[in-house]
Amino acid sequence: MNHEEIDKIEREKERWEREVLTPALLARGERKERFETVSGHEIGRLYGPWDLPDADYVRDLGFPGEYPFTRGIHSTMYRGRPWTIRQFMGFGDPDESNRRLKYLIEHGAPGLNVAFDLPTIHGLNSDHALAHGEVGRDGVPVDSLEDIERLFAGIPLADVSTSLVIAYPPIPSMYLAMAIDQGADLKRLQGTFQNDSFCRDVAANVRVLPRRAELKLCTDVVEYFTNNVPRWYPISIVGYQIREKGCTAAQELAFNLSDGIEFVKSFIGRGLDVDRFGPRLSFMWNAHNDFFEEIAKYRAARRMWAHIMKERFGARDPRSMMIRFHTQTAGCSLTAQQPLNNVVRATIQGLAAVLGGTQSLHTDSYDEAMALPTEESLKLAVRTQQIIAEESGVANTIDPMGGSYFVEKLTSELEEEAWEYINKIDEMGGMLEAVENGFVQREVAHAAWRYQTGVEDGSQVIVGVNKYVEEDEPPIDLLKITQEMEDAQKERIARLKERRDEGKMREALERLREAAENDENLFELTMDAVRAYATLEEVWDVYRDRYGKFEESSILVESV
Amino acid sequence: MRGAMDKKIRVFLAKPGLDGHDRGVLIVGQALRDAGMEVIYSGLKQTPENLVEAALQEDVGILGLSILSGAHMALIPRIMELLRESDAGDVTVIAGGVIPNDDAEVLVAEHGVARVFGPGTDTREIVAFIREREERR
Repeated sequence: MNHEEIDKIEREKERWEREVLTPALLARGERKERFETVSGHEIGRLYGPWDLPDADYVRDLGFPGEYPFTRGIHSTMYRGRPWTIRQFMGFGDPDESNRRLKYLIEHGAPGLNVAFDLPTIHGLNSDHALAHGEVGRDGVPVDSLEDIERLFAGIPLADVSTSLVIAYPPIPSMYLAMAIDQGADLKRLQGTFQNDSFCRDVAANVRVLPRRAELKLCTDVVEYFTNNVPRWYPISIVGYQIREKGCTAAQELAFNLSDGIEFVKSFIGRGLDVDRFGPRLSFMWNAHNDFFEEIAKYRAARRMWAHIMKERFGARDPRSMMIRFHTQTAGCSLTAQQPLNNVVRATIQGLAAVLGGTQSLHTDSYDEAMALPTEESLKLAVRTQQIIAEESGVANTIDPMGGSYFVEKLTSELEEEAWEYINKIDEMGGMLEAVENGFVQREVAHAAWRYQTGVEDGSQVIVGVNKYVEEDEPPIDLLKITQEMEDAQKERIARLKERRDEGKMREALERLREAAENDENLFELTMDAVRAYATLEEVWDVYRDRYGKFEESSILVESV
Repeated sequence: MRGAMDKKIRVFLAKPGLDGHDRGVLIVGQALRDAGMEVIYSGLKQTPENLVEAALQEDVGILGLSILSGAHMALIPRIMELLRESDAGDVTVIAGGVIPNDDAEVLVAEHGVARVFGPGTDTREIVAFIREREERR
């Protein structure tokens, strides 16, 4: 649209304001002074061509499957293939989780996505003192290769795409060892590892080794898979959890892209060509409550990452510039009050992810503010996605929000806000420094506090919590995880240790130790050790001996 | 005569177990401090033994436990037991996080937890509860 046309429209707008709007405002006013997103971003009354005077379609939007990918990373998007229904799951023990994986496949959710329990994530076996009470509570416990085999029993790895929400070599090497044993072709094997030390650190407070050692071990996995398992996504750069911790949409965008930048720097530092690993980077975002803000966020992310990879890192392959991503609806938006309301939340949030062009999606189950999902609540979450995909018609065309004055304006505003943060982080030296100096954590805590204040003064409505509250709600059935599973898991470790070839195992650990001393890539030797049935904790002890432990602020010194 | 309110209420907020979710505990800490209380925070990944020892050293009246990992039925009863063994059974213990109602009832009825604050709790409710408990002491 040329400036002359815009001027004409603006003159009309002034007339409308004078003749129609002003009398209405004088007569009734509006509901509030300021309208804003859940992130506090101000939203205007009406958007139009006057908001986009310098828009350049080809430069800013382009075509799907082409730089800058604003409208989508594939040329046909969901007309070619719908997004993958990928539900995050894991609990109890490997056998129980295996049944749940099969249940998901049976109900039309073929994207496997495994959560590991806290001891496993921390590199501790189920029989460690700190694991007491934690085993299988919020993920599946994996103590050895044997447990990964139980988890995937009867599932042909060559035919599925598996996402493992875990970092560093040990569990990925168990998965790969099992795939090799099944005779899977490594050139065709598909899946994703989360393998993002920053999201674990900043958002989930999972820290085992000093930060630079964790970055090194993530890079080991990426280097090995880039060279040997070319269709695998060896890292998923995650903004989801930092959003769960309370940051805004623009901060999620900025912190996660900065996280991606830090990893790209690390991979290039390892001597990898940007166009070799670039096409195998994946991302993960949150789908929070504010519908349009989330759609704008995904669109901005695509455009920004394309610029970053092309202009900053000199990528030449368009596939390196595409941001492919998984989305999960916002766990932090779920309420324990009136839990069925969460079905509606997941529907709206999931729809935003789809309209934003996600490649795969997890919709939360309605009972997840209280426990892990039951089969029934999980099935409803899967059905929610199937209804969006196959009944609603939203998958019939590409980027249906593109061209909306409001969405395009919001996309540009979020992008601008996020660049400001990214520039600030770059000035500090990068994401590693911005995390080490506490900048990211402080920004997130500030935003979380602001949100809570809004909830408590009623300006941020949560249906069933601070508005439309009901007393005496009937209880719902929740998934129960028993202590017996933990006890059985502990016994298995003892039996494994009796059964394995101790000499062979020690030898493998010794070779791993030597490689660690020399700072070599530890992936292959970790795989040798887990194949000799070294347990998870034994492998991690080698890492801990070499790199030291992350020192958590000791008791009482950290002030709130 | 000095009223209970003349003395600053001291609260020890703690994260037992491996759970790293600290959005809630940090927000509660901020709210209690804004309400004029003195807040001491344990930091992450503390064992029941560490926590109880620290709570005793600090001589706090209120111990707040935050757990979202599902380990509450293993960790909280152990903490209550350690408090009783140390003759500190008069410390008011409150808990929050992801704790299903059935478990919350057991923690209150059988283990002596004063109150479990579930998801969506208004921080003013926690402030009011603590003030009332401290006034009764």
